[in-house]
Amino acid sequence: MNTATVTKPAETGAPVVRRRARSRRHMLGRIGLYALAILITLFMLLPIYLIAVSAFSPQAKIYTFPKALIPHRSDLSTATFSFFIHSTGVPQSVRNSIVVGLGTLLLSTLIGAPAGLALARFFFRGRGAFQLFILSTRAFPGVILAIPLVVTFIRWNLYDKLLGVILVHTAFTLPTTILVMSSIFVSIPRDLEEAALTLGCTPFAAFWRIMLPLSLPGMAAVAIFTFVASWNEVFAATILTVKNRTLPAQVLASLNSSQLPYKFAGGFALVIPSLVFIFFMRRYLFNMWGRVVR
Amino acid sequence: MRDQVAAGERAIAAPARRARRARKGGTTTAPYLLLVPAALFLAIFFVWPMVQALLLSVRGEHGGFTTANFHRMTGDTYFWPAVRYTLLFIVVILPCQLALALAMALLLQADLKGKGFFLYIWAIPLAISDLASGIVWLAIFSPNGFLNSILHGLGLEENPFPFLTLEHPVSRFLCIVIAETWRATSLVMIILLAGIQVIPKDYAEAAEVFGATAWQRLRYVTLPLLRPSLQVALILRTLAAFQVFAIILALVGRTVPVLAEEAYNWSAVLTNNYIAAAYAVVILVVSIAVTIVYLRALRVRDEQQGL
Repeated sequence: MNTATVTKPAETGAPVVRRRARSRRHMLGRIGLYALAILITLFMLLPIYLIAVSAFSPQAKIYTFPKALIPHRSDLSTATFSFFIHSTGVPQSVRNSIVVGLGTLLLSTLIGAPAGLALARFFFRGRGAFQLFILSTRAFPGVILAIPLVVTFIRWNLYDKLLGVILVHTAFTLPTTILVMSSIFVSIPRDLEEAALTLGCTPFAAFWRIMLPLSLPGMAAVAIFTFVASWNEVFAATILTVKNRTLPAQVLASLNSSQLPYKFAGGFALVIPSLVFIFFMRRYLFNMWGRVVR
Repeated sequence: MRDQVAAGERAIAAPARRARRARKGGTTTAPYLLLVPAALFLAIFFVWPMVQALLLSVRGEHGGFTTANFHRMTGDTYFWPAVRYTLLFIVVILPCQLALALAMALLLQADLKGKGFFLYIWAIPLAISDLASGIVWLAIFSPNGFLNSILHGLGLEENPFPFLTLEHPVSRFLCIVIAETWRATSLVMIILLAGIQVIPKDYAEAAEVFGATAWQRLRYVTLPLLRPSLQVALILRTLAAFQVFAIILALVGRTVPVLAEEAYNWSAVLTNNYIAAAYAVVILVVSIAVTIVYLRALRVRDEQQGL
């Protein structure tokens, strides 16, 4: 919409001058908007850049003052990062984090996809109630689940086991998985499935050959979301384990005793998957967060 | 032979029947079978722990029911500061987040060149944990960190300023506010952006034709229509705020206590799950109360405005 065209007919004393003044103000406004956008971009990006610089500075450099915002090439080294990666417990915790992430992803999808399908494709008694229940779980603070589970897991011999962490993380991610899965299945035209059924597919075959392939991209997005949620979760992972730490649990539990280089390298290691994640998820951001929260 | 024919007939009839049944839905047990695993799982690992937390918090270490855990919790030196800080953070951080997120969402709607790039960058903190973001900002706020280096480079200070120490509670508090705003604003932005995108552009254009300024369009057209999204964002962020703790632990340690941090401390460090459960119950009750208050307050206003 061009603002210049809105000038009221009654005020046409010097329309050209007025229009020009307006468009100049308009241009200044645009420049202001760009400046603001760039400022916010710097605010979002700079901390990530600085933690990367910190993680790849030699240990001695981390304690020096003042620091250069753009370090000289000779001041960059992988020593700090490799020191962190080879510290006691860290390689194991990275492996644990990956195992827990993949386990959560698998379990969450296996349990959540059928439930999502049920919500998307069937009308049955209790559907509304179940949907409300799923939505309300999002309102409950996940943090407090972990505390009673410590007691339960000690009894069930799941304490300090990766399976225990997988189960809790699945409890955290399952509601989201179900809601997003159902929104993915809803978006697939029902006609396709009915056509398959009419042409002689069993319901399972119709799902396997029609629904599944069509929902794979969305499912991949949910999977990545689940993995990152598990990778980031620190409260439950820390209090449910002693030796079998995940990476964030390892970093958190050693916060008091660790030096700055260890923390910075650990912080950067924690950030890496999120960068990859957002890159692959750009298209699905709204599916994951925008739509689900309504 | 007869069997074969019957089977053949069945084979022909079956798909049509199946299609009919699929269309009708309702009558089959299929949806329930599909739901059972999820329902069971959530019952065991979500509903039961909630109940268990309540039970633990009122149980003594030697059995029996008691309020001793709550007495010990409220008597702890960290409890009331934790309550105060938790509420203070919510009151200060939420408006910052909402304002910044609204600005970001509106900027993304303003048809800037490279808005895909902006969205990508602005969404990055979405996937960063509160522990990671605490450490990220520690690199900036620590005494010989980057903020002090920048201030020094600009000639604004001679010696590094200890932003995070006990002696400077205000700067320490602000550092946490900035770090948490950085981390959580992206989520609010996504919620608001999703809300803005479903508002028909005609409304703002109509207002513009009638001579409304940009500010008036925002105040009287966009914001009222965006209310549902703002409400969702407000509730979600408030609930999430009760669970934030690692960002604070990473930046300043236990010198700034919050509720989730105390729950963590009692469970992981002091291995007393009874007191930790008492904290969990406090968090649960406050969360539910806040949600109800929000829903009530916002609903009343709905009626007043006749929406």
